[in-house]
Order: sequence, then structure tokens, then C-alpha cells
Amino acid sequence: MSTPFYVSPQQAMADRAEYARKGIARGRSLVVLQYADGIVFVGENPSRALHKFSEIYDRIGFAAAGKYNEYENLRIGGVRYADLRGYTYDRDDVTARGLANVYAQTLGTIFSSAGEKPYEVELVVAEVGASPEGDQIYRLPHDGSIVDEHGSVAVGGNAEQISGFLDQRHRDGMSLAEALKLAVQALSSQSNGSDREIPADRLEVAVLDRTRPQQRKFKRIVGRQLARLLEADGAASTPTDAPSDEETDETGGTPGTGSPGTGTPGTSTPEAPE
Amino acid sequence: MEANPRSTGRLPAAFLTPGSSSFMDFLGDHSPDLLPGKRVLPPLQGAVEAPHGTTIVATTFPGGVVLAGDRRATMGNMIAQRDIEKVFPADEYSAVGIAGTAGLAVEMVKLFQLELEHFEKVEGVQLSLEGKANRLSTMIRSNLGMAMQGLAVVPLFAGYDIDREKGRIFSYDVTGGRSEEHGYAATGSGSIFARGAMKKLYREDLTEQQATTLVIQALYDAADDDSATGGPDVARRIYPIVTVITDEGYRRLTEAETSEIARSILEGRLTQPDGPRAALL
Repeated sequence: MSTPFYVSPQQAMADRAEYARKGIARGRSLVVLQYADGIVFVGENPSRALHKFSEIYDRIGFAAAGKYNEYENLRIGGVRYADLRGYTYDRDDVTARGLANVYAQTLGTIFSSAGEKPYEVELVVAEVGASPEGDQIYRLPHDGSIVDEHGSVAVGGNAEQISGFLDQRHRDGMSLAEALKLAVQALSSQSNGSDREIPADRLEVAVLDRTRPQQRKFKRIVGRQLARLLEADGAASTPTDAPSDEETDETGGTPGTGSPGTGTPGTSTPEAPE
Repeated sequence: MEANPRSTGRLPAAFLTPGSSSFMDFLGDHSPDLLPGKRVLPPLQGAVEAPHGTTIVATTFPGGVVLAGDRRATMGNMIAQRDIEKVFPADEYSAVGIAGTAGLAVEMVKLFQLELEHFEKVEGVQLSLEGKANRLSTMIRSNLGMAMQGLAVVPLFAGYDIDREKGRIFSYDVTGGRSEEHGYAATGSGSIFARGAMKKLYREDLTEQQATTLVIQALYDAADDDSATGGPDVARRIYPIVTVITDEGYRRLTEAETSEIARSILEGRLTQPDGPRAALL
């Protein structure tokens, strides 16, 4: 028997992180944005059956990029956790913070346990509040850390570039149609500067809508409603020429407010869309 | 294991095991003590005194179904509660009304709602109406031990069947036996009288408005002859709970709507105490 090679802990962890990141990068990216009445999830997903977004509980939604079987597993675990908690205590006692914590512990344990392969997933757990200030968005990378996000967040392959794009353009108090269009622009912009068009039937869109009268705020937006929202109040701006429009908008109209970097929470009063 | 997995850090393995989409199955595997049917009963002497819910009625009309219940809970010959709610939405397209031991029934409904919601979230689609009715059947059967000690729960399940595009009613017995009712159904202590009233008043071409009036008439007749069923309480403004399920989903009539119907029925009963008369031939 030969003795195994010594691998430094730093190296072992870096290798595992590299492995997980590569797996996540292979998947298509998705974005989660706050808008005036809630939180919208937008992603490119050619499949009608395998969802990237899903309802966890009344006010809590889930989004995931990476390996399907692994995030599906976590999603079902989350639904079971939330339902059990709501059943034992009360529906109000199920919170995104609690769920994000459990996910972080789970991902963290799997990531650092030598016997298990790290999960190639990046999750977003979002909870819609009674007002925009009450909205919570948590991003959970593969290694078990939690990032408290505000305004907009992107995960998946092209995440860094997309979140940069969103940070510059996302405002508080956008309408659903505006937020949706911004999300589609962000998803269709590519690293080489060129844009490709994502047809509406390849988009997966869901919202946590605080104005929904039902207890369960999660809703998928499909078919005609999606088409109507994509067309709304900007028939002229196709995804290809829209970025330039947005830039002129920003320099001309809303100086100062358009910089909700991930560090600065968007607590300023929502301004009316122009 | 802990109900709150936060105390153990990561999600327990049972949470991440692929398998059943049923919340009851998960509960049975993970924390069976939380399942109502799995509890071990201490040996009992005689009947247990606990509040009992009384009368639930339902009727179909073209385009949907109406499910309603009175507001009284009794314990022996005492009125335990005047404003109990015994009709609950099960999900967006179905509702359940319960007669029998109130405490157990409310817990059963809570678990039933969760069972339907859990399935919908895990699978991404709703259970069929038959599937929902069967799950309720299983839950009642698991309560058989309690039922034999006098703590029975007998629900009435009504829903809108999206595939068949009509409202449907299912009634149950204590052993979990399930049967589909056509037209109208009632359960609980006042059900005999309510069913008699509906038998004479029901027609196949009722409008939604007429169907809601019909169920309140039936509840009035039940309260008239059954001491455990409560009639409309004008002084306290307590009126029956009336729910309507159509292709637009579940809707509970507001207090203003039910009070209006109940008051017009009361008005009619001032001249005809036995209510509207059906033709002899």
C-alpha cells in the first residue's frame, strides 16, 4: 500500500471550490429583482417541466442555478422544513432567514466533508414583506456562506457580469414590466458585448407578489400574461437596442439614485417610474 | 429527531431523501408523534367530553358547489361555542366542512390543507379532486381508534373538478368510507333535517344565488329541529359560513352577504315558520 500524497487543506478546499464553481458556471444564469409590489425571478429555461424557481412557503420563494438533481433535493428539503415548521408552530414562524440558515448549514457541511462531493449549486432564497423594506433576499453560494442581497442578484454562469449590469440599472420601485425587461436585458447581454435575443417561450418567470390577496404569494407568470408584460410600455425597445436607451435614461433622468451596489441597501423611498 | 432542524445544523437526511410527495408520509417517517392517527390512547373509561361541531350542508349548482355550516359547538347539552368555524378552504378549488369532535377536526383539516399544499409544491401540479378526496379518506380511517371512543370526525368535502368542469361533493363515514353525493349532501347531528329540507328545495338548475339561499334554508330547518345546530343569531350577528367554489376558485361569502340572505329567510319565516312549501304533485 502506498501512502497518499499530502494535499494542504488550502489546496483541497480551493480544488473543491473550483469544482463546484465550474459546475455552477455550466448552468444558465438567473436573476432575482425587487420591484414595487414584490420580487421577480427571471431565468432562461428551455424546459417547461424542470423549474428553476419554486414556492417554498406563503411568502418565500426559491431559485437555484447549477445541477438539477442537487438543487431539486435541497428544494424539497426546504419545502419539508417549511411545512413541518409551519405545522408545528405557526405559518408566521416560517421565515426566509431560518430557511437560508438551514441551507447554509447543509451546503457548508457537505462542502467541507471530505467524504461527500460538494454540491454544484447556488441558491437564492427570497421572502416578500408587507412593504419593500420588509423584502429579504439571500444568496447562498456552494460553500455554505450567506450573502444578504438588496435590489437585485444574479447567480449561475455569467453571474458577475450580469449583477454588474443590474447594479447600474436597477432602481427601487420599478414596475413589474420594467423589472422584467431589465432582467431580460441583463440575461441576454453577453461577455463579448454582443446581445442575443431570448424568446419569451424560453423564459421562466415567477413573482412573489405582496398584493396577491391569497396567503400564498408565489405565482408563475406564463403565456399571455408574460407576453403582455414584455410588450408593455416599451413596444419600441427590443432587447438589442434597449441598453442604450437605459443609459440615456440614467444620465438624463435619475442621477444619484441609480447606484444600489450590493453593499448599500435600497432603503430610499421608492421613486415613481418615469 | 428535532422538529426544528436548526438545532442540528444541517437538514436531517430524511429531509433530503427523494421519495413521497406526501407530507403525511414524511411526517410518518420523520416525526410520527405529530401524526394525529399515530397517537397511543390511554385506556379510557366512558366517553370523553369535548366540544362537537354539528351540521354541514352542501349543494351543487351548474358551474360550482356551495358548502356551508352552522356556527354552534356543543358539549353534552351545553353550547360550548357560538361562533365556531367549521368550513375551511382545503386549497384553491376545494373546501372541507367538519362535523364531530372539534379539536380533532381542526387538526385534521390543518394537516389536510398542508397535505394538498405540500403535494402541489413538490410536484408542481395539484392533486386531482378524486385524489384529494382519497387522501381525506385515509386521514379519517387513521382516526378510527378515536372514533370508537366517541371522538369521531365526519367531514363533507366539496370541490370544483377542473377536468370535468363541475362541482362535486364527497361524504364520508367514520371508517373512512367515501361516497360521491349527487346534488346535495349533509353531515352532522342536524343533517337529517337539513337533508329533508334540501330534498324538497333542490333543483338542478339553481343559480349561485339560489344555491346559497338553499343551504341557509336547510341550516335553518336543521336548527329548527336539532338542538345542537345553531340558527342565524341576529342579536350577536353570527351567521352561517357559506363558501362557493367555482372555476374561479374558493370564495367565502362576506358577513354582509350571508346576513342579507339569512335576514330575508327570517323575514319569510315570520309568516311561514316552516319555510317555503314544495308542490304536492
